Amino acid sequence: MSAVAEERNARAPWALTAPALMLFIGVLLIPLAMTVMLSFHDWGQYKGIEPVFILKNWREIATDPYYAEMFWRTFRIAILTTLLTALLGAPEAYILNRMSGRWKSFFLLVILGPLLISVVARTLGWALLFGGNNGLVNKLLMSLGVIHSPIPFMFTETGMVVALAHVMMPFMVLSVWAALQRLDPQIENAAMSLGAGPITIIRRIIMPQIMPGVLSGAIIVFSLSASAFATPAIIGGRRLKVAATLAYDEFLNTLNWPLGAAVATLLLIALVLIVIGSNALIERRYAEVFR
Amino acid sequence: MRRNGPLALIFHTIFVIVMVAPILVVCLVAFTPDGFLSLPTNGFSLRWFRAIGNYPEFIQAFWVSLGLGALSSLVALLFAVPAALAIARYRFRGRDALAALFLSPLMIPHVVLGIAFLRFFTSTGLGGSFAALIIAHVIIVFPFALRLTLAAATGMDRTVEMAAVSLGANGWTLFRRVTLPLILPGVISGWALAFIQSFDDLTMTVFLAAPGTETLPVRMFLYIQDNIDPLVTSVSACVIAVTLTALILLDRFYGLDRVLAGKGDPGR
Amino acid sequence: MAYLELDRVAKQFGAQTVVDDFSLSVGKGEFISFLGPSGCGKTTTLQMIAGFLDPTRGAIRLEGKDLTAIHPAKRGLGIVFQSYALFPHMSAAENVAFGLEMRGVPRADRAERVRAALAMVGLAGYEDRHPRRMSGGQQQRVALARALVIKPSVLLLDEPLSNLDAKLREEMQIELRQIQRTIGTTTILVTHDQNEAMSLSDRIVVMSQGRIEQIGTPQETYEKPASAFVSQFLGKTNDFAGSIDRTATPPRLVAGSWSAPAPAGLNGAITVSIRPERIGFGEAGLSAKIVTRIFQGNHWLFQCESECGPAIVIRQNDGTAQPAEGEAVRLAWRPEDMSVRARASA
Ligand SMILES: Nc1ncnc2c1ncn2[C@@H]1O[C@H](COP(=O)(O)OP(=O)(O)O)[C@@H](O)[C@H]1O
Ligand SMILES: [Mg+2]
Repeated sequence: MSAVAEERNARAPWALTAPALMLFIGVLLIPLAMTVMLSFHDWGQYKGIEPVFILKNWREIATDPYYAEMFWRTFRIAILTTLLTALLGAPEAYILNRMSGRWKSFFLLVILGPLLISVVARTLGWALLFGGNNGLVNKLLMSLGVIHSPIPFMFTETGMVVALAHVMMPFMVLSVWAALQRLDPQIENAAMSLGAGPITIIRRIIMPQIMPGVLSGAIIVFSLSASAFATPAIIGGRRLKVAATLAYDEFLNTLNWPLGAAVATLLLIALVLIVIGSNALIERRYAEVFR
Repeated sequence: MRRNGPLALIFHTIFVIVMVAPILVVCLVAFTPDGFLSLPTNGFSLRWFRAIGNYPEFIQAFWVSLGLGALSSLVALLFAVPAALAIARYRFRGRDALAALFLSPLMIPHVVLGIAFLRFFTSTGLGGSFAALIIAHVIIVFPFALRLTLAAATGMDRTVEMAAVSLGANGWTLFRRVTLPLILPGVISGWALAFIQSFDDLTMTVFLAAPGTETLPVRMFLYIQDNIDPLVTSVSACVIAVTLTALILLDRFYGLDRVLAGKGDPGR
Repeated sequence: MAYLELDRVAKQFGAQTVVDDFSLSVGKGEFISFLGPSGCGKTTTLQMIAGFLDPTRGAIRLEGKDLTAIHPAKRGLGIVFQSYALFPHMSAAENVAFGLEMRGVPRADRAERVRAALAMVGLAGYEDRHPRRMSGGQQQRVALARALVIKPSVLLLDEPLSNLDAKLREEMQIELRQIQRTIGTTTILVTHDQNEAMSLSDRIVVMSQGRIEQIGTPQETYEKPASAFVSQFLGKTNDFAGSIDRTATPPRLVAGSWSAPAPAGLNGAITVSIRPERIGFGEAGLSAKIVTRIFQGNHWLFQCESECGPAIVIRQNDGTAQPAEGEAVRLAWRPEDMSVRARASA
């Protein structure tokens, strides 16, 4: 092993990775390629899937405003969710970071733990809290005088964004938290000794340094929200469709697999482009912070 | 470092309450004595936990999920451990590309994976089978298994292995007696995290599961689609309990912060 | 005949040559040190002997047999690493037993030999202790016992003592020397500490930038350094520019106002190397002024400004009066205490 194999057998790393590589080619790359192929096939109510090469599905997505509307809704929800998590998650990470040892690890656990708890269970919790027009959330908001008449949460984009933000929040907190760990603990004292007040310190010293963390958290939250299925399906029901739930319906209810495959392919391509593009932008913009 | 001011603490309190509320409300409603959704105001009751017994499909789905999680995580490790060792120790052409490929299931939306696997398995005649579920889950949990194993293998003191070689150990003996014990905490944590991911997955599995191979999240999801009643909250409470057990296990073996840090950035 | 032989061994990492033209014959039972500054290729050479790296060129032979063809697991060499590299999941006894187990030594024999090995390094009674619960010195001893219990043909030590504090290091040096003498194992020690190399070895291989500068006994390398590098590396030394005048009869060597009969062979510009403790204050010799005088317990250290540049003088503290700072002195030494090298004249 170690240097021995390194020198004696240049094939060792390939021998070790070959099983996994084969697995990934066989049951990941090939199925993905088949899906892309599927999006070019024809489909009819009675004839089923016809293995031909046509652009019918892609043309339908491009021309029917229903799909534009649906994709726009998907990304709108993802963007709002991302903003909400950034606006709330970043300050919370900062507050957490300033707590003393015991409390810090306790609350970190409380906030990050849900990451590992079933999404179905968490979304169910929101469905219970929203629960019609006199759900707990509405009752609480009205008794606090924040609102005067109940807001509909179930089957609305508002409800989806709230529940999604809750599901995604740990990713944002974690990402900002990681950026805060790289901060010099004395940096605030240094700024204070130079006469900066608390607001100035946050705006001029802390914010610029945790921005890469916020942004990389935002990319994660955005891509996961845009492709989320469980939360939109449970909160949005059958009425309010996003890309993932639409693809699901095409596959398991309408049985128009080629069209569903086209929706999925488009979602995949859009997300990959957005993620890679913004990663590159962030890295260029913050090259000196990442080092 | 300065302390948090009162405003910060108020913000923090509300934040934590909101984070915990949905999970807490599920667990509380599960104990309701009423026949409808309500918070237990007059006494706790286990009737909805007992009621699970009358729904064999939930029980069966639980066993499917448990077996699927345990098996697919194990299989994923069988592939991931050698791959992690290779990536940790060798600088070879294509190394970065391989690592990116192995982590790619984190980047690909699960709905796309679900569709791809559905297409693949129906055309290979495996559609709806438990074997198909295992293979699909191996792929989605692989990155988690790989990452934790990789971290352990990278952090390992390699002179320890050299010492073992100089004493005559080699090949399988070297791996079994020295390498594996040294990376074991990472491997076990990788298994646990992979298990949780598999146990929780809905988005991909909902495309693949057929009656008989429905997992618990799929069963719960289909049930919620029709109606939400206290039964599904008691099932959820059980799921949360299983996850918490795995969490505690993880914390023991590895430290939860390190595990979560590994989960935090799917992109890289 | 040589027991272990390195024949023009070289090692390249890519374009970088890390060890070059390394030839050495080690006799059976000998204690050899590789001495040189960090990064000069000592570990690389040791790892080639151990088999963790393959030489780019050259041969390594043990009792005349080519070692490079043998897998490191089959070479039967004992190695102690700087980090000790103990198996953290095994007790001290299990660590020591590992090599025996790999050799298929029966369980009963094993227990006996493990106990003896641990006793030899002074760890009787620590059999069940795990490495994490042992001090650095104790871990070091376990590592040594583990390497020795397999009766290695050669014992390789890579900076084994560098993680210990000064006092413990000295104790371990003495102990290591005694153990090696008792069991007579051929030993190669890698170190950057000249005192360690001097006090332990039969011969020292001084290395610099991947090449051998000198091979010799500790005394030879200290007193007759073959190069400026060796004389500088092995403790403090004074280098004075001088010249040899062969026109005089008899020919004389001159360094400032100091002179002596010229040694054979050299001519023209030379460098005179003389250890600080071999210089005395006398009536005649190099004229100098004392800049600082430092008391160091058993000796005095003088920094002087001489006509041939700065000079260091060490005098034993034998109770006699010593010159004060600012005093003018004459520096003198016996011709046989100095070493003379040709100097590229400026
Ligand atoms: N695997 C390697 N790849 C490239 N360069 C190396 C490798 N190992 C060591 N080197 C280089 O070889 C030189 C000698 O290293 P080493 O033998 O460890 O020195 P020493 O033990 O004398 O301190 C150093 O410059 C080091 O950077
Ligand atoms: Mg070294």
